[in-house]
Formats: sequence, C-alpha cells, structure tokens
Amino acid sequence: MPPIKRTKFKLSSDQLLEMFYWLKLIRAFDLRLSTLVKQGKVRSGVYTGIGQEAIIVGTCFGLRREDFVCPLHRDLGAFLMKGVDARTMMSQMFAKTTGLSKGRDSALHSGVHELGIFGNTSMLGANLPVAAGLGYTFKMEKSDNVVVAYFGEGASNVGDFHEALNFAGVQQLPIVFICENNQYAYSVPLEKTMAIDDVAIRAEGYGFDGVAINGNDVLAVYQATQGALARARGGDGPTLIECKTYRWHGHSEHDKAFYRTDEELAMWKSRDPIPTFTTYLRARHVLDDQKLKEIEAKVESTIEDAVEFASNAPDPAPEDAVSDLYA
Amino acid sequence: MSKELSYLEAIREALAEEMRRDPKVFVLGEDVGAYGGAFGVTQGLHEEFGDLRVVDTPISESAIVGISIGAAVRGYRPVAEMQFADFISCGFDQIVNQAATLRFRYGGRATVPIVVRAPSGGNVGGGLYHSQNPEAWFVHRPGLKVVAPSTPFDAKGLLKAAIRDDNPVVYFEHKYLYRRAKGPVPEGDEIVPIGVAATRREGRDATLVAYGAMMTPSLEAADRLAKEGVEVEVIDLRTLLPFDRDAIFRSLDKTSRALIVHEDVKTLGIGAEISAVIMEEKFDALDAPVMRVAYPDTHPPFSHILEAANLPNADTIAAALRKLSEY
Repeated sequence: MPPIKRTKFKLSSDQLLEMFYWLKLIRAFDLRLSTLVKQGKVRSGVYTGIGQEAIIVGTCFGLRREDFVCPLHRDLGAFLMKGVDARTMMSQMFAKTTGLSKGRDSALHSGVHELGIFGNTSMLGANLPVAAGLGYTFKMEKSDNVVVAYFGEGASNVGDFHEALNFAGVQQLPIVFICENNQYAYSVPLEKTMAIDDVAIRAEGYGFDGVAINGNDVLAVYQATQGALARARGGDGPTLIECKTYRWHGHSEHDKAFYRTDEELAMWKSRDPIPTFTTYLRARHVLDDQKLKEIEAKVESTIEDAVEFASNAPDPAPEDAVSDLYA
Repeated sequence: MSKELSYLEAIREALAEEMRRDPKVFVLGEDVGAYGGAFGVTQGLHEEFGDLRVVDTPISESAIVGISIGAAVRGYRPVAEMQFADFISCGFDQIVNQAATLRFRYGGRATVPIVVRAPSGGNVGGGLYHSQNPEAWFVHRPGLKVVAPSTPFDAKGLLKAAIRDDNPVVYFEHKYLYRRAKGPVPEGDEIVPIGVAATRREGRDATLVAYGAMMTPSLEAADRLAKEGVEVEVIDLRTLLPFDRDAIFRSLDKTSRALIVHEDVKTLGIGAEISAVIMEEKFDALDAPVMRVAYPDTHPPFSHILEAANLPNADTIAAALRKLSEY
C-alpha cells in the first residue's frame, strides 16, 4: 500500500474540547434514537453509528461550509457538524414537517446543499458518483473546495464505487473517500464479501493513494484527513482513507446482530473512541471534571431540547404525500 | 424560420446554443468529446467548448448520471448522453432513485436540473441492444419528465426546454429520425414547452395519438383513410410525462374514437395509461373502444424480416383506423 504523508497538525485546547463535544453529542443522539425506537416514538429508519463516531468527527472537523460531505446512513453526526441543528435532525427522525424531508423519508435521505450536505438514497454507494459530480464542479471552477464522500466496506463492492473512484482518479478530482469499515455488511462479515483485508488497496487500481487507519482514534482520523484534504485542495487529486471500526448495534435498531459473538463486541467496545480520547485529553490537562460536567450538560440539554421540539412539531398533512415532486 | 436542419443537427444546435447562452450547461458521456458522439450529435462541441464542458467519460452509465446529479446540486445544468437508450438501464438507479426522488425527500428544498439524452428506437438494424424504446420505465416514475420529439423543430425546442427545466428530464431522441427527418427549427430563444402536444392533422372521425418515429407511418395511414372518406386527427404527444390530457380530450370531443400508436412494447406501454385515462375521464364521449397499435411483447430482433414484422407501419395503423372508424 502506498504511504500517505503524515500531516503535522496543532489543535488548540478549545478545538480538542470541541471535538470531544461532537463525539459525545453524536453518541448521545444515536443512543437516544435507539431508545426512541424501542419506545415506539420513532417508527424505523434508525441506523446508528455508535462506536464509529471518531470517523465523522475526525473527518468533518474544520471543514468549510462550501466543502461538500456525502454521508452514509450512519453519519447523522456529519449533518450536525456541517451545521444542521439537532432539532431539525430529531424532527427528521420523528417524520415531522420541521425535518429535512418534511416526513417524506426518514434518516439521512435528505440533505442541505447550502451547507454542503448531500443526502444519499438507500442504494449504498450511489452517493459516490454524485460526489464525483460535485468534485468535478470544483475542478471546473478551479476552486480549492473539496468533497468528503463516505461509504461502508460493503458499498465498496457496488458498481457505483468503481465507476466513481475511477472517474475521480482519471479527472484528479478534489475528493477524500472515507471508507467506514465496520466489518459487517448488514449480517455478512468482511471475509465473505471481499478477498482482501484492506479496502484501501482498491485505491491503487484507480491511480491514487489509499491508507488504512484506526478509525476509532479521532486524532488519527483527523491527521489522515488533513493530509488528504491538503492534497485535494492543492489539486493533487483524491485519496481513499479506510477507517477500521465496528458498529456496536445491529445494522438497524431492529437487527439483534446474532451473527457476531459477545467476545468480538466486547473486544471492540474496549476500543471505544470516546474513553480513549477522554484519557488523552485528561493526560494533556485539556479536560477536567468541571469541563466534562459542562460538556455533558450541554449534550444532555441539546438532546432533550431536540426531542421536546420534535415531539411537539406538527405532523405532515396527508395531502403532502404528493407534493414537492416537481419544481 | 428559413433554415432547415436534420433532426440530429437540431439536437446539436440546441446543445451549442444553450452552452453559449449559459456557462452552467455542459455535456458528458461516452465518445462525446473530440470524436463527436457515436452518431455525431456532439460534433464540434469539444472544439468550441473544450475538455471541461464536453466530457469524455469512461463506460460508466451510472456514474454519468450520478456525476450529472452532483453537478446539478451545485447549480449546473448537465446534459448526459447515454450512447444508446438501451444502455440507460445501467444508469437506471441514479435516474429513478437518486434524481427522481431528490426534491421530494428534500421537502422541496432542492432541484435536479439534469437532462439524460437517450437515442432510442428501431428500424435501424440494431438488434436487441441498439433498438429499444424504454420510455415507459421512466413514465412510471414520479419526479421525472419524459419527452420524445418527432421533428427537428421539436428536437431543438424540447431540448432547450429540457435544459432550462429545473427537473430531471429524460429526452428520447429517435435514431431513425436522425438524418431522415428534416425541417425548420426554432430560432433564438424560442423553445417548445414540455407537456404540450401538437396536432399534426385535423380530423373529425377518429383521434390517433402517437410520438417519435411513429408519427410518419401514422400520418401516412391518416392520408390513406382520408381517401376512404375518414378524417383522422393526428396528435403528436411530444411529451410523455406529463402527457397532454387536454389535447387528447379536446380531440375526443370531436371524434369520439381513439387509437394510440407506439413503438414501445404493448404491455404497460404509454398506450395503456392513455387508454385508462380516457376510460376514466372521457368514457361518455366514446363511441368505440380505445385501440392500440404497438410493438408486440418481444425484443427487437436483428433480422430485417423479423424487425419489420414487429414494427407498426402505415398498413397496420391504417387497418386499425378502419376497424376503429367502422366500430
């Protein structure tokens, strides 16, 4: 596998704490959604990224408003970090008119183009050709904005993956492809879906670099992303970063995930990105008990406020089932 | 309107004029660059507009559409060429799931102004994969618009309208007409509006609804019937989604008889829908059952003898008109 340049970075204490806040908020949001599904308050369409948060925080942190992200179905945090407020995202999950889809679809099938967020469909990998199109417009404009496009290791077996990465390589597009390798495509483990260990080596076939990193280490993700972003912004084309991780919950909240062992889950839980980062921040004297309490309180109040708002928000009117089809 | 162009030249002129008018318009597809396209539609565009706006793509129909969607998200108006309409199945998901649903799942907050050009139709010796008429697949998908011009005038005017439309438009251009159809074209900013049919021949005894390459044998059959004392009104649909119900209904008020002709296969072709709409809304006006002349439910064969047996022609259409008028 070709080496990726290590990028030096310096983050202030405030920036590190902001990263920590995002990790905590995204975790809390997904945990709350999981509960809301069990309570029957959210019908379905909940695909949590619990355990995978370091990838979104490490890749989205510091992106420009003009940069585009093309999140996958577990990347609710990308919406939050790109500027969609928690109330709107919670409304989306509650299928309320205050959500992005106004009740037309759940989860992350919507976007906000003004904030640089493209919403994918359920066809995994289908966001990648769109990412290529977004990146192509930046190239046409000689802009140094970038696209960060997400996909799972499962989606790297889809034809769209090949078509998009090939085009991005040929055209040297400013795209950072982020593979969230959480080991399972729904129930099927990696070794049954590909004959290689690292998705990252697929990049070589498209003429650009790929690197496999620890996706549960937010700073490792941030560092690799910064290198890839610098390359993309400088006109040196795409990079594929494979973030090794694990989803704690099933594919969806209805999936009990009996296809994996308790031992395997326990092993990955011991690599929880949040305690790892907490330990780091405490050792650096960036985080203390007081700050931790403040952040946790802020997370709690943000989630509570969002649930309260979404619960009381208006439902769509039946006639809206056939509106907004055409401009 | 002194200038006469072929159908193919009319498409090219629409592309060139729209690209000159609006820097956000660009074309992409297989062989569309310096080569000028498999049929020569894009000849001269690469020379005038360069690599960035006349994009030779890999053989990646799904990416061609997906890239178009990504560019449209950023305010561009891409025109994607499927080399043959038969190949559009490879880009199907991006059209029907990504583009067609986008505005709906964004709660009306976004538009997808893409055009997918699809050279369709038989009678050119193309065999199974160079002769298809897959328009009904797309007429069945809310969120799309579908057009199918039959004259150079409409080829140019409808393409300009499609490019300026904020919705995804699938533009079926019939290969048989490329060099055979010649005629005047709109000049300057004139367009042919989407959703409006054209009455090609007035008549009081029966209504014939057709589009694309079926217009020629339909008009010939109407001429023959006129000699037999039956005046057939011939409507060129031009737009298949949304089709012009009012034009059909107005004609039926005069004629009370309807025949639908299409080159697409019979089962669930657009004739089935038009017939159902007439039954639902104009039953009282009818003096005869709605009839259809369409391709049989089979694949377009390579043999000229076999293909001729399948294609509707002036004889089969005239026979149907006689049956309809005598009912």
